[in-house]
Amino acid sequence: MTNTNTQTPDNQTPDNQMTGAEIVLRALKDNGVEHIFGYPGGAVLPIYDEIFQQDDIQHILVRHEQGAGHAAEGYARSTGKVGVMLVTSGPGATNAVTPLQDALMDSVPLVCLSGQVPTTLIGSDAFQECDTVGITRPCTKHNWLVKDVNELAGIIHEAFRIAQTGRPGPVVVDIPKDVQFATGTYTPKPEVAQNTSYQPRTQGDINAIQAAVELMASARRPILYTGGGVVNSGPEASRLLRELVELSDFPITSTLMGLGAYPASGKNWLGMLGMHGSYEANMAMHDCDVMVCIGARFDDRITGRINAFSPNSRKIHIDIDPSSINKNVHVDIPILGDVGSVLEDMVRLWRALPKKPARAQTEEWWTQVDRWRARKSFSYKHSNDVIMPQYALQRLFEATRGHDTYITTEVGQHQMWAAQFIEFEEPNRWMTSGGLGTMGYGLPAAIGVQVAHPDALVIDVAGDASIQMCIQEMSCAIQHNLPVKIFILNNQYMGMVRQWQQLLHGNRLSNSYTEAMPDFVKLAEAYGAVGMYCDDPRELDGKIAEMIAVKKPVIFDCRVANLANCFPMIPSGKAHNEMLLPDEATDEAVANAIDAKGRQLV
Amino acid sequence: MNAHQQPTGSAYFIAPETAKAESHTLSVLVANEPGVLARVIGLFSGRGYNIESLTVSETEHEAHLSRITIVTRGTPTVLEQIKAQLERIVPVHRVVDLTVRAHALGQERPIEREVALVKVVGQGDRRAETLRLADAFHAKVVDATVEHFILEITGKSSKIDQFVAIMKPLGLVEVCRTGIAAMNRGPQGM
Repeated sequence: MTNTNTQTPDNQTPDNQMTGAEIVLRALKDNGVEHIFGYPGGAVLPIYDEIFQQDDIQHILVRHEQGAGHAAEGYARSTGKVGVMLVTSGPGATNAVTPLQDALMDSVPLVCLSGQVPTTLIGSDAFQECDTVGITRPCTKHNWLVKDVNELAGIIHEAFRIAQTGRPGPVVVDIPKDVQFATGTYTPKPEVAQNTSYQPRTQGDINAIQAAVELMASARRPILYTGGGVVNSGPEASRLLRELVELSDFPITSTLMGLGAYPASGKNWLGMLGMHGSYEANMAMHDCDVMVCIGARFDDRITGRINAFSPNSRKIHIDIDPSSINKNVHVDIPILGDVGSVLEDMVRLWRALPKKPARAQTEEWWTQVDRWRARKSFSYKHSNDVIMPQYALQRLFEATRGHDTYITTEVGQHQMWAAQFIEFEEPNRWMTSGGLGTMGYGLPAAIGVQVAHPDALVIDVAGDASIQMCIQEMSCAIQHNLPVKIFILNNQYMGMVRQWQQLLHGNRLSNSYTEAMPDFVKLAEAYGAVGMYCDDPRELDGKIAEMIAVKKPVIFDCRVANLANCFPMIPSGKAHNEMLLPDEATDEAVANAIDAKGRQLV
Repeated sequence: MNAHQQPTGSAYFIAPETAKAESHTLSVLVANEPGVLARVIGLFSGRGYNIESLTVSETEHEAHLSRITIVTRGTPTVLEQIKAQLERIVPVHRVVDLTVRAHALGQERPIEREVALVKVVGQGDRRAETLRLADAFHAKVVDATVEHFILEITGKSSKIDQFVAIMKPLGLVEVCRTGIAAMNRGPQGM
């Protein structure tokens, strides 16, 4: 600085003069951050030097930046707080792209701080330089390149505000190394949100909510279709949802992302809906006359063939993001607002209805729902010789009862089975990559969850292929004493890929067999963890109990039936009432399930 | 400037699009900060929307606001979606569909004007003819030598299209157009 004036003006007490790196740590503390996940490198060394000299914020060293991102996601989703990751320039930032997009699609609040080459070198193809804000622009809610140290604190505060308000999402703050070294002014967190272009609306339009409640009260075949928005809105939203179900006695289903918002043991629960959802949930969606979509977004995995989606229903859609309304499906009553706030109004207005609908109004509907339930669409043939994957998850779930359990998953068949067979009673207990479908999500996410809940039982339900995508994070779990349990449903295939090849491509299993599989027990031991193996259904319960009792990370190699398929399934291009059920899925039915048009879809 | 129309979102959107595509003019008020134009056009390319014309300039210096005028084409559902997606961009203050607003005011379309510079090279009779036509189109001569004219013309895009077509046989060598500036008629502001 060239300022030779020895007088310090009021707003420049030595107290708020500090280096950019100090500003970063101070701003994180002021935003309530206790843990960050990261990996050092040249362009973030000043920040790492500050981390070294303080004790308030704990840094969790991962083994790959993708792991840092998913760990921060798991941390965020299990706590409701913002997840924070710290990466270096160039490859550090590009490795962060996958978790950023993952967080964008699943609406997870994430702040990613990245180092950048000094401002004077930007654009010169410097060592470890990349256009971080350019690369991350489409995979973040917003991003910034900080060119002036005096703006750094304000930008970090705004980054936290944008990440966690409205529809939550990831943001990136790219900080050149010279800005980290420069001295500037720390500005405290503003008490009230600044008047900027970003002002999300949380309060729903009361007239629309009134119209929705009246429509709901007139329904003969109603259904509540809930999603991750309920979980994101906070525990109060889940409580209000339960109250609404109690008051209205409507059947309720949920997307993959919303599991736990309504308890699986609740009497109105229909199970998950969608491509691998329950028969009763999908049939009820198809035949309902009033659909109330709460914090979900009519994703293609939910709707199936869009022009056959719930053809005779009037639809109510509660969402905080205006772009979700009428995007895929036209709705009759859109309500823009935070799920918690809208549900509060909805419950109040339902209670105030002059004439509550009689139970008899939906009696016939419930009888129909019970007929569908009796179809038992998650059933499978048990075997005494090999472990069926569904059985393994049922036993795993039984063993976790009474524990403070959090479940994460990778992506594939095991993920769908976990969603079908593990029951969730509370929100924030289920961490899975829904929108992006990121293999490799589960282990780092479990690490993030365990950091936030050190005494909880955290299990990553994994597949033998997915687990190898971020297996290096075992080292992170060992280093930080995070006793995560990795329960691999090992069928020696990329199971979902194999299932689709069987359904769509004449059972030509192109590159979906896991050849040269590592010995997972030895692999666990190599990392300093505990390795376990089980291929006998009779030994399964004992071994699962043993796994849970171990106070160290465990890799459990659970050998399951190799060629089991995940049913029920709505094949691509089919409608909700054209499900393929497990007992009907003969080889011939499976081979003819999808026609040429459906084959072109994803 | 994507050649063809994408249906919105779903991979299951296999039914052919039956709704008719319309051309609309959007006015987008944005904070004038680095990268904001990239955010807007990245949204259009990333989601497969069309840009037929794009004009951008700072309009309110003190408030650091820029106005982006975009002419886009899509079905009513797609146009609604474009507007909602634009509003998600953090530095976007407001999005106004000027075409929808014009319809609401009982007008066919907003005022849309474009400026073009047209260079015509020629000698003899062709020069006289060039000037006569320029006069008919209220185009001004802004530069000339004995062998060329540069003409400045303002008007609707269709008028400029027509002028450019007429100038072609008279020795047109270069055209530069600004893209559309647009505003609704009447006393109310945006």
